[in-house]
Amino acid sequence: MSASTKESISNQRHHKGVYDALVIGGGLVGSAIAFGLRQEVDHVAVLDEGDVAFRASRGNFGLVWVQSKGMGMPAYGHWTVSSQRLWSVLAEKLEAITGLEVGLEQKGGLHAVLTEHEYESRVQFMNKLIEQPGMIQYQWKMLDRKELLDMVPGIGPEVLGASWTEIDGVANPLKMLRALHTAFDVQSVDYLPEHPVADIHFKNNIFEMGTPHGIVRAKKIVIASGLGNQLLGNQIGLSIPVRPQRGQIIVLERTKRMLQLPFATLRQMDEGTWLIGDSQEEAAYADDVVGLPILATLANRAVRTIPKLRDVRVVRSWSALRVMSKDGFPIYEESPQFPGAFVATCHSGVTLAAAHALRLAPMVVEGKLSEEMAPFSTRRFNVQATT
Amino acid sequence: MFKRLPESEAQLNAHPVALKVNGMEVFCREGDSVAAALFAAGLLDCRDTPVKGVPRGPFCMMGVCFDCLVEINGMPNQQGCMVLAKPGMNIERQLGAREVQT
Repeated sequence: MSASTKESISNQRHHKGVYDALVIGGGLVGSAIAFGLRQEVDHVAVLDEGDVAFRASRGNFGLVWVQSKGMGMPAYGHWTVSSQRLWSVLAEKLEAITGLEVGLEQKGGLHAVLTEHEYESRVQFMNKLIEQPGMIQYQWKMLDRKELLDMVPGIGPEVLGASWTEIDGVANPLKMLRALHTAFDVQSVDYLPEHPVADIHFKNNIFEMGTPHGIVRAKKIVIASGLGNQLLGNQIGLSIPVRPQRGQIIVLERTKRMLQLPFATLRQMDEGTWLIGDSQEEAAYADDVVGLPILATLANRAVRTIPKLRDVRVVRSWSALRVMSKDGFPIYEESPQFPGAFVATCHSGVTLAAAHALRLAPMVVEGKLSEEMAPFSTRRFNVQATT
Repeated sequence: MFKRLPESEAQLNAHPVALKVNGMEVFCREGDSVAAALFAAGLLDCRDTPVKGVPRGPFCMMGVCFDCLVEINGMPNQQGCMVLAKPGMNIERQLGAREVQT
């Protein structure tokens, strides 16, 4: 392992010719797709911008989450559940290849409510979500305070209950990213850092990516560059409306494992640290600051949920940028102008990792997105609203 | 392992600060951090790791590495290098991960 880890630091290309498939973006979305592509074809490359990138994959919360998702787009609910179901397959594959565990726990998940109003809103929201025509059906339940206490000892007196599903879960996002990149080493995927793509040309059915280290060629490409998708999309004739949405996270010191089931905004990691999160701010690209108003709100809700956390120390806090499309749903599309060039963007790179690796990547290799992917195309942004 | 400079030794003798470390009385000088006091007293490890129970001691001495965790006056997971030693302080070994009582 140490020898291969050493090699990963160098930017050596193992394959000198045209790649079968190439992904632009080395975060969780790009890496999961590249991993999936490599299971289908021999020569795969990942072009990564470097640490000047916004790196949403280094700052996220790590939920493998289903409940709440798909309001207004049942196809997203289906896609999410398909990924949730395949996650253990992906985790097992990664462990078999790399020996690394990624902290996957799919034992259920909770969304806590602290007031009567929140309780009612949550019930209404979940009912409306699940009752949408064509929506994927899964079991969920509104737990009252007593039922929740049986599952999570230590909840505070204000906690009135929680919505619960059996299928929600968590992973460790940093371990996941590491496992994917280690798999690149083991399976000879060329991960090329410091390779921002300046331009993309299509010549003789081959894509040519211009980078500071020369031209890299591939038969098929996937643009998975997070907030960079907007600019790169233009290169393949697609308009990708994505914007940064800031989230802040508080990290508490490592303690003995106490919280077995994750809340949507409060979880304990496999190795004992705690994450408190899930703020949403429109703050442009300012991912280098955190602010007391948000952090205080997050902390306040966490200690109302589990009061004993009051004595547990904060060790860090950070902000990171979600990659948010205009309507919040993922975008997957093949360029009509340049067939063989695809775009993939979403804000749930952890939850959707399994779908990206095991479902999307094979479609890219086949050269055609399946019917069920149609709702995710950018065509939805061009539809005139009917009255 | 660690030895006080003559000036530091003189300060220690002039104004010794008495601490209790794992039940034993230990003296340090005013202004020592808890981690420095442990080192000066010849105590190189102060905790056992959460996963494998391996002994660890202060390393960075500047608040970054969290290897100097100790229990101070009943409060677990305190960074010894970031806390000034005070007379009568009760310092105990940090045994693995702290608990959150429910």
